[in-house]
Amino acid sequence: MHSRILSVLRSAAPVCVLALASSLAQAQLAIEITGAGTNRMPVAIASFEGESALPRAVTDVVRADLERSGLFKMVELGPTPMGADAPVDFARIRSKGADSVAVGTIAPNGSGRYQVQVRLLDAAKQATLGSQAMVMAPAQYRTTGHRIADFIYEKLTGEPGVFSTRIAYVLKSGSRYELQIADADGSNAQTALASREPIISPSWSPDGSRLAYVSFEAKKPVVYVHSLATGQRNVAANFKGSNSAPAWSPDGRRLAVVLTKDGQSQLYSVSADGSGVQRLASSSGIDTEPSWSSDGMIYFTSDRGGSPQVYRVPAGGGDAQRVTFEGSYNVSPRPSPDGKSLVYVSRNGGRFQITMLDLASRQTQILTDSSKDESPSFAPNGRMVLYATEVGGRGVLSAVSSDGRVKQRLSVQSGDVREPAWGPQPRN
Amino acid sequence: MKYTRLALSLFAVGLLAACSSAPKTADQSAAVEDRSSGASSSGVDGNRVVAVDANAANGAGLAALKDPKSILSKRSVLFDYDSYVVKDQYRSLIEAHAKFLVANPKMKMLIQGNTDERGSREYNLALGQKRADAVKKALSLLGVTEAQLESVSLGEEKPSCGDASEACWSANRRGDMLYSGEF
Repeated sequence: MHSRILSVLRSAAPVCVLALASSLAQAQLAIEITGAGTNRMPVAIASFEGESALPRAVTDVVRADLERSGLFKMVELGPTPMGADAPVDFARIRSKGADSVAVGTIAPNGSGRYQVQVRLLDAAKQATLGSQAMVMAPAQYRTTGHRIADFIYEKLTGEPGVFSTRIAYVLKSGSRYELQIADADGSNAQTALASREPIISPSWSPDGSRLAYVSFEAKKPVVYVHSLATGQRNVAANFKGSNSAPAWSPDGRRLAVVLTKDGQSQLYSVSADGSGVQRLASSSGIDTEPSWSSDGMIYFTSDRGGSPQVYRVPAGGGDAQRVTFEGSYNVSPRPSPDGKSLVYVSRNGGRFQITMLDLASRQTQILTDSSKDESPSFAPNGRMVLYATEVGGRGVLSAVSSDGRVKQRLSVQSGDVREPAWGPQPRN
Repeated sequence: MKYTRLALSLFAVGLLAACSSAPKTADQSAAVEDRSSGASSSGVDGNRVVAVDANAANGAGLAALKDPKSILSKRSVLFDYDSYVVKDQYRSLIEAHAKFLVANPKMKMLIQGNTDERGSREYNLALGQKRADAVKKALSLLGVTEAQLESVSLGEEKPSCGDASEACWSANRRGDMLYSGEF
């Protein structure tokens, strides 16, 4: 068990947050690593030449990201910087136990910005694994660190990293609800919507520019679509009755929603601007929690068979097919980005837990040992699942790797954090 | 720093400052919207002053909606665990509200269904809808028109009681009836 708390500095806070300076200490999301993989790759991230000129070291961000993933063991090399083009003492790197090492140079480019060069080397083969070059403003040290961590992660694991992604979640403090957006490491939290009525079910558009969610500000559940950069929003579904559970289609044009305008909760789709409502499926029971898969299916929860279970239906129409069979309560399905597995919440002897189903082999695995898990969502690389749970009576966010080994917790010092949604890869 | 002092003093009495003065700038990745200015009550709060259109219903009837001695001031129907059936003990309550709505056809009612906190928020929203629908159906059968009634769900989001206990959970399995001006 490896445990470490990374306190997170907030930068570039919006005016709203500055006005509440006295509550800042309570509002920061802090990440705690509560479980790590068994075979972690030993990696050394040298201090970069020239980075001491920046407000904070870029390499601190890189090390924290890689460490938090649970896949790497950070090997300390000491404070002496190692430049991107300088000769590397591989014998020393190997003697410290590192299989690979990242070196870099950060130098002013003459226009107030910095040129960043990074090189990743294999310590045994004494060969370059890859190089990266970019330009950054001093205030972008954190974003730059995430991009370097993504580069190293991809070179060493063969999969894209998710350190540059963002998460959405709802923070409840007293009677106040805030829909917040933060970096995947919990830093840079910004409030997109503040309300005295509940907000649930945020869902990211595939390009990461918009969120759909359910707000109760009209004394009933109404689905909104909200552009994050401008704060502009429109009603996507406000029919008579309840409107909820929005889920974006992979092309970002339509939303699957749950409406009660014709009776019980049923699945429909609407355009993101609220026009063109169409029925997606029909049953005599409850159908809810739709989620689009990359292979053209819509997974959802239905109690048409007597207990809530996961079903799926082709997005273009067709017969629904039952997917879960074990137990009497399997809800909140989310297909993995590759469409090969499904994560959902199952009730096991009164405990609600995150469960993974391999769709080909039909094998299931309970990933958590908590008891009030809700709202799972996959990282865009499919490696981690973010979910809400309760610790000590308070809502916290946790993340678990798809094999159940790596565990992290994100919490604030006061208030409940809930309804997480992991955003897509940023488009550069 | 007037704004900051105001914000901190509001904070001190337990209210969070509104953020509506935050400038919306397109270069920030998440702009702030504020929906805090509206009333927070979900309807059965005795301290709340409700503005009523005097033309919408006869005065004597309206007073009865607030009179603690009138059955019409009672607005909640409680449900058993995993049940969506209006119990017999609420028959006279439902009948009184149906009679009022039939006599005052311009009055509208919003029925909010609620559940306890266990399980998925969205699935609970669907279960709360079944409770609201059950109340709505009972009123419809007594002659209230479809246009006067809307059934919606608050799921587990607006509990009247916040503890994780059976006593609280049963108080939260309910349907609330709100009249025009109360929602």
